[in-house]
Parts: sequence; C-alpha cells; structure tokens
Amino acid sequence: MKKLLNASLAAVMASTLATAQADEVKIGMITTLSGGGSHLGVDVRDGFMLAMEQAGRDDIEVLVQDDARKPDVAKSLANEFIQREDVDILTGIIWSNLAMAVVPSAVRQGPFYISPNAGPSDLAGRLCHNKYFNVAWQNNNLHEAMGAYMKQADVKKPFILAPNYPAGTDALDGFKSRFQGELANEVYTQLGQTDYAAELAQIRASDADSVFFFLPGGMGIAFMKQYAGAGIDLPVYGPAFSFDEIILGAVGDAAVGVKNTSQWAYDLDNPTNNAFVASFREKYGRTPTLYASQGFDTANLILSALDVAHPDDEEAFQAALEAANFESTRGDFRFGPNHHPIQDIYVREVVDQGNGPTNQLVGVAVEDLQDSFVDQCSL
Amino acid sequence: MTSLESHIPSRSPSLGRRPLSRETVIGWGLILVLVAAAVFAHLAGEPFYVNLASRIAIVALAGVGLNLALGFGGMVSFGHAAFFGIGGYVAGIGAFHAFDQSPLFGLSGLPAGSDLMPVLWLSALLVCGLVAYAIGAISLGTSGVYFIMITLAFAQMIYYFAVSWPTYGGEDGLPIYIRNSLPGLDTNNPLVFFTLCMALLGLALFLTQRWMNARFGAALTMARLNETRLATAGVEPRPIRLAAFVISGMITGVAGALFADLNGFVGPSMLSWHRSGEIMVIVILGGVGRLCGPLAGAILFVMMETLLGGLTEYWQLFLGVVLLAVVLFARGGVMGLLAGRERYA
Amino acid sequence: MTLTLLIEQVLNGIQLGTMLFLMASGLTLVFGVMGLINLAHGSFYMTGAFVTAWVTGLTGSFWVGLLGGVLAAAAVGAVVEWTVIRRLYHRDHLDQVLATFALILIFSEGTRWIFGSSPLWLNVPDSLSGSVTLPGGVEYPLYRLAIIVMGVAIAIGLYLLISRTRLGMRIRAGENDREMIGALGVDISTLYTLVFALGAALAGLAGSTIGALQSVQVGMGEPVLILAFVVIVIGGIGSIKGALIGAVLVGVVDTLGRVLLPGLFKLFMAPSDASGVGAALASMLIYVLMAGILAFKPNGLFAAHD
Repeated sequence: MKKLLNASLAAVMASTLATAQADEVKIGMITTLSGGGSHLGVDVRDGFMLAMEQAGRDDIEVLVQDDARKPDVAKSLANEFIQREDVDILTGIIWSNLAMAVVPSAVRQGPFYISPNAGPSDLAGRLCHNKYFNVAWQNNNLHEAMGAYMKQADVKKPFILAPNYPAGTDALDGFKSRFQGELANEVYTQLGQTDYAAELAQIRASDADSVFFFLPGGMGIAFMKQYAGAGIDLPVYGPAFSFDEIILGAVGDAAVGVKNTSQWAYDLDNPTNNAFVASFREKYGRTPTLYASQGFDTANLILSALDVAHPDDEEAFQAALEAANFESTRGDFRFGPNHHPIQDIYVREVVDQGNGPTNQLVGVAVEDLQDSFVDQCSL
Repeated sequence: MTSLESHIPSRSPSLGRRPLSRETVIGWGLILVLVAAAVFAHLAGEPFYVNLASRIAIVALAGVGLNLALGFGGMVSFGHAAFFGIGGYVAGIGAFHAFDQSPLFGLSGLPAGSDLMPVLWLSALLVCGLVAYAIGAISLGTSGVYFIMITLAFAQMIYYFAVSWPTYGGEDGLPIYIRNSLPGLDTNNPLVFFTLCMALLGLALFLTQRWMNARFGAALTMARLNETRLATAGVEPRPIRLAAFVISGMITGVAGALFADLNGFVGPSMLSWHRSGEIMVIVILGGVGRLCGPLAGAILFVMMETLLGGLTEYWQLFLGVVLLAVVLFARGGVMGLLAGRERYA
Repeated sequence: MTLTLLIEQVLNGIQLGTMLFLMASGLTLVFGVMGLINLAHGSFYMTGAFVTAWVTGLTGSFWVGLLGGVLAAAAVGAVVEWTVIRRLYHRDHLDQVLATFALILIFSEGTRWIFGSSPLWLNVPDSLSGSVTLPGGVEYPLYRLAIIVMGVAIAIGLYLLISRTRLGMRIRAGENDREMIGALGVDISTLYTLVFALGAALAGLAGSTIGALQSVQVGMGEPVLILAFVVIVIGGIGSIKGALIGAVLVGVVDTLGRVLLPGLFKLFMAPSDASGVGAALASMLIYVLMAGILAFKPNGLFAAHD
C-alpha cells in the first residue's frame, strides 16, 4: 500500500515539476558518505557545495545521496536520479568500481557525468563518451608522475607495493611505465590488509634504496605507522592518496619526510586556490584535501559551462565543458580529446612545523601530463 | 542441527491441503500488491519504481532459495552470497564474451559467450548446482555453528578469488553494457523485465510448495526435526539435505543472474559476507520456513533501505535498530505477525 | 630467503596469532558458557581502539588511553549484555546471528556519528617505539614483541583464572551443565554479564594495542572478526586451548603464505603475474585450511563439546 501511495505521490510531483521553470538545472551527486573511506566523499561534497554556495545561483538544485561504497546502491541511485528526478548532470562518485558500474549506462540514458575523483582507464580509453568528463585525473596519472620524478631524482632500486586489485595493478604498471629502471621487488598485498609486518621484513631484507607504495585509505595509515616502527630508514614515495590531510592526522609524525605526487596542494600559490583554502577553512574548520579541491573544481567547471548553455542544448553544453573556461585551484587546466585533464603534477613533502604533519609543495614532477589511454578513445 | 527446533512449530507442513488458509491469502495479497504497484508505476511513467519492484522480486527469489535450506531444511547457511554472486558472474561473463565475440574464458575451443537469458539462467543453475554440491558435500559433515562458519568460509574463498581474478574486473567488477535478451521480448522495458523476475519468483514459489508437499518435503522436514526417526524409516537424511542445499543454491544463483542484469553490473560485492547476511535478514524478517516469508521480508527490507536512505546518511543505524526489534519482539517475522504463529501455505 | 628473515616472519605470524587469540578467547568463552554466537564482538575491538585514541589524544598518555579503552569495551559489553544479549541465550543460533548482525550496524554507524568519518590518530608510545635485536641477529620491532609477551601473559592469566579461581570454577561448571549451576545457587545472570564483559575487555585490549599499529576507523573490527571466527572454528568452539593453537596456526599460515607463495610462483611465472596469483591464493589460504580441517574433524581440533 505504501508503495502505491509513494508511486502516486511521485507521479503528482513529477507532473508539477514538468510545469516548473524549464531552464532550471538539476544536479545529482552520488558519493560515499558512510562506511570506510567516507572522508573522501564528505570532502568532495563539501568542496562542491562550497563552490555552489559562492556562486549563489538559485536556479540550480543539487541532490546528494550516499552510495555506502556499494556498486549496486550507486547504480540504483543513478537510476533514481535519472528516471525519477530527471537530473541534467550526475557527479560525485569516488571509487572506480562504482564509476564503472554507473557511468557507461548513465551517460547513454541522457545526463552528463562529470567525475570529481574516479578515473578508471576504460573510461579514458575504450569506453570514453562525449558526455563523460573527468576533472580530477586518470587513475594512473599520479603514479606515472612519481615514476618520472623518482627517475629524475636518480633513485636506483625501489621496492614497490600495492593491493592486489585493478587500481593496484594499474598503479604499479603506471609507475613502471615512467620509471623503467630496476626494481628491488614488486609485491601485491591483500585488499583491505591491515598488517604489513611480513612485507616490511621483506623490505628490510632486500637491497632496495627506496619504497614506492600505493595503499589508499586505512591500508596506507596502517602501513606508514608500522613502517615507522620497523627500523627501516629508506626514503618513501607515493601518490597523494595515502597522504591527504585527514590521513596525515591519523598517521602523525610517522609520515614526515615522505614525498608524494598530487595535481593540487593547498599551498599552491594562485588567487583562486588561496581564496578556496581560506573559505574552506572558514566554513568547515579544517584544511581541505585534494578531494575537496576536486569537488570545488568540478562545481566551478559545471558553473562555467552553465553560463554558456543549458545541458538540454547538448552540443553547446559539451563544447562549453570542453573549453574548461573556469578558474581552477590548480592553476592551468585543460581537457584532452578524451575529456580527461592535461595538467601539471606536483611533488609535495610531508613536514611538521609544530602543529601536526602537513604537505609542503616542493616542485613539479611532470608538466602537462596526459593519460596514456587517450589513443584508445574514439572521440 | 537441532538448533532450529524452537523456531518452527513441530507440526509437519500441510501445505496446500487447506485451500484458503490465512497465509495463502496473504501470500497472494503480497504478490498482487507488488504486481499492481509495478503496473501502476509503469502507467504513471515512473520506471524507477518498476525497477524497485524488480529488485524486490529478485531479492525475494534469492530468499526463497535460502529459505529452502534454512527454513525447511534447518541448514543455517551464512554463505549464500556465493551462489548469488556466481549466478551474477555467469550472466556477466556470458554477456562479456557475447559482446566481444570471444570464446569463454578467452580459451579457444570453448564456445563464445551468450547474451540469451535462458542460456544464462540454465548455466547459472548448472554452475551453482555443481558448486553447491561441492560445498554441501563437505559442509554437511558439520552441524550447528560449524555449519554456519564453514559455509561462510567457502563464500569468503570465492569472494577473494573474484577480487583477485583480473580477467573479469577483479575488485572493480564487470559491467554488462547491454542487458541480456530473450527472443521476442524487449528486456530493456522495465515492466517486461519485472514480469520476467516475477514469473521466475512465482515458479520458484510454486515448485517449493510442490516439493514441500511431496515425499521430499516430508523427508526434509523429518531430517530437520528428528533425524533418527527418518533413519529408522529407512531414509538416509544426508542425501535429502544435500539435495535441498543444492536446489537452494541453484535458486539463489538464478536470482543473482537476474540481479546482475537489473544493475547492468556484477562485482565481488555480490559475494561479500554482508550480502549473505542480507539474504538471511530477508528470510528472517519475513518469517523462517514460511513459503511467502522471503517475499514479505524483501518488500520490507528494500522499502526500508530506500526510505531510510533518503532520510539520513546514518540510515544503517536505524536499519540495525529495526532488525534488532524484529528479532527481540516480533519472532516469526512479518508472516508471523500477519498470519499468526501457525504455519500453512 | 635467509634463516633470519624466516624467523622474523614466523615471529610476525605469532604476533598476528596473539592478537587473534585475544579476540578468539572472548568469542569462545561466550560461546562455551552461554552458547551464544556473537557477530558484534568486532564492535568491542573497535570501541577499544576508538576510546584509546580519544583518551590518548586528551591526556597525552597512551597508557591511560589503553586503560580507558579496555574499561570502555568492558563497560559497553556489560551494557549490551544487560540490554540485548541476555534475551538471546534461549534463542537459536539464527536469532543470535541476526540480532548481533544488527548490533554491528548500530555500533558502526553510531561510532561514526560520535567520532566522524575520519580515521583517528593513535601511535605507538615512545617507550615501545623502535626495534630491538634478538639473539641470532633478528631485528624486530619492540612494540610487536611487547604484544607477543602480553599475549603469552594473557593466555597464562586466563588459564589460571579458569583453573584456579572461584569464577573459573563457575565458568567451567557453566560450560558443562548450565542448569546445574543455577540449581546450585550461583547467581547466573551476574556470571553471564561478567563473562561477557571479560570477553569484551579482551577484544577491547586487542583493538587498543593494534589501533596503535593500524588505522583507527569505523569498520576496523570486521576483518578481524571473521579471522577470529576462523580461529575458534579451527580450534574447536568453546575451547580456550583450541583458540590459542588455532590463533597461532592461522597467524603463521597467513603470514608465511603471503611471503612464500608469490616466491613459489616466481619459479615458473613472470614476476608480476606471480605476485598477483600468489597474493590471490594467499588470501584464500586460511579459508582453505579451515575447510580442510572441518572436512576431516567436523568439530575442530579441540572440540570442548557441541
């Protein structure tokens, strides 16, 4: 009975909506707000909403829903947004496996999808789509940049490790494609593993001169804490995913000295970024992470395109997105032909200046890095 | 395996012999409500609600499978996600190779994949039957908590295997770009897909009722209630249980294949122990060992998930409170509340 | 692989085993005495870790935090027993599984509500940081060594508690004949609350100590919980001795599997494929072990009773 009531209620609502202003824009955000790894989704959302608030437009409605990091929940939310709410733009997904479940069918049903985080290789290459844009990075970018940086820094023999899942193997492949040198060892750990004693013993026993690892979320926290107590003093490198401001707060001083690659840093000196960091701190009382900057950039990209055209005018809106005519927190920003960014990747170092560890910009790893899947894309 | 005795009245099931028992009426009522809601939503141009109804039917089908082992057979399996996921992967892998026009598993000599639903359903039945036979053959040597845990262990093994098997996406899972087809029908039409799900659910309910009325059901019930008496009657309890476990796994496997098609996606999350818990929750919410219990449980569970999820990001907290309340204060689940504690079907 | 590395890896396995023992002993005690299967045991582990991190942050002392974490876990355990669990003793396993599954949801989301989504900071205390050189030239982290020592001490303590004290006598009596001990005039509900709180305190201790090595975050108890169940099923449910041996077995097999299997596959495969396949098999290994043991010994290695 409840279902019937709901259905009829929704039908009434749909009919009233249809008569509402036709040029209103509806954005559906599906992101991870509960369970493990939810701080990424929370930051993307907060950054996104901050930009929306600053724009102060009352013709844009943003609907936010929690996917609990489950692909089938994300999929069902996407259907809800597309079929019931008739959204113009979808955004928000954090994890690649959720993006792969949602994006290919969502963009075929009508709305644009603007990714604030996940950038799986298939969506950059084989399955690229004219309505799909990625504002963050292709998944391999930060690993490739670190490979290039370590090669420049004359690292001879790194020990590399990542979890045994597609993003993990992609990470090590991306790293190797730019590093191209000898490796001390290449180890895959279990996804969700929390104890790294066995791997640390292998590192100590090896003849490695450095460590590169990709262990996102809690795995990275556990690894860094245990690394600090293991009596190994090799330099550590990794992508920013294991060293965002929230993770650093949990790891503490154990992370000091680590170099990590990121497309953004909070001390990156440009007016947009300075204003963003200040207003984010003021509103939420914490330092933004790279995810918050991605959410902020995603919203501003959308806003810039909405100034030119309504998403119903698909070609004009797509062209406006492609132009990427917005002030990015990263400074220069443009899209490649597959709608993925071509951007500088920076190197940051974890330092402690008396009030807890934080990242400090030290240089550029690669300028104008483009992903390596663009050739597979037919756009 | 005596742990379930307190749960289910010792009365042997007199399924169907009283044509219009209260439970039968409620069962038909639930089916009609679901069908009417789907048709109404379709006419109102709300495909979302039609898909929600499909989801309920599929989850209920998975529950009907588990109910056969757990409710009627007294085998508390904490690993039915294994069959649900394998069914899903059969549909996903078949569609993957049909899309690519490549042979199964990339091995030349094997036939190409298929995107025909009947082929995929039969394959899911076959594969899940074989896996359930292997798991059941080993697990049925144990009982009580050991049985719960060994089924969980097998499901975890398959989960980790799926996570680290890169060919079919590993942790990322495997998208199904084009919904599998059935000649003569437009499976992309939500109402058509719902009808398919509902038809399979109806078939499973019908077959379960037939079996439970037959000698097989009597033997299975007796194996649960009094193993020794069954043995003195000259029937070995173990093959009966194994058969029920295998059929149970097969039904849940078909539900998995449908679920993969509904979502256009299959991934290891379909195999996780949380999923096993959810299928179990659905059976218990509805009423253990009640024919239409899983349907009632599925309606309640999916509705709670959808409604609470829209209200608060802490919805799982409230889901937990509701579940706890059901266990503590509403024994017998929804069907127990609606149809009373006696069991007819 | 050198001998010292092998010794170190075996130590790592034992350390994982001691931590699993802390979890498993509580589970197995509760099952043995009250016949209850408790999926929410991992929530006490999480409670211990979160309260330890919180109190350590407030006071600056890890040891005060550790004490707080263990006491909080025991207190939460007692409250949960008093409000929910005691209604489940006479129910079947199915109700127990469902109710404690619901408790997991409540605890996980409740913790997130109170502490937020971000992982908390907790680190090894200064006095136990760094590593020591053991006889034979094995260099080993001091903190992990301390965990092993603590685990041994707890195992001995539990043994003495159960075999030498009045409480232990009642626990043993409860395991053997639940009706009898009530008839003898023992306050059974207090005994049950005590045993449950003891189990929760042990889980909290595990969470607090491991929290310093890992990430203190919501959901951290679940992987450990599954492992602890594997342990008690292998060891024989209800048997503390079985839990100890099962825990060390699982710890060592898991650790050595992770280290040795990829190397084994490298003998006949390309290195990056070998790491992947080896890691995949290693993650399945303990479940294979468990299924294998149950196939031949359906009640575990040291079944107390069923």
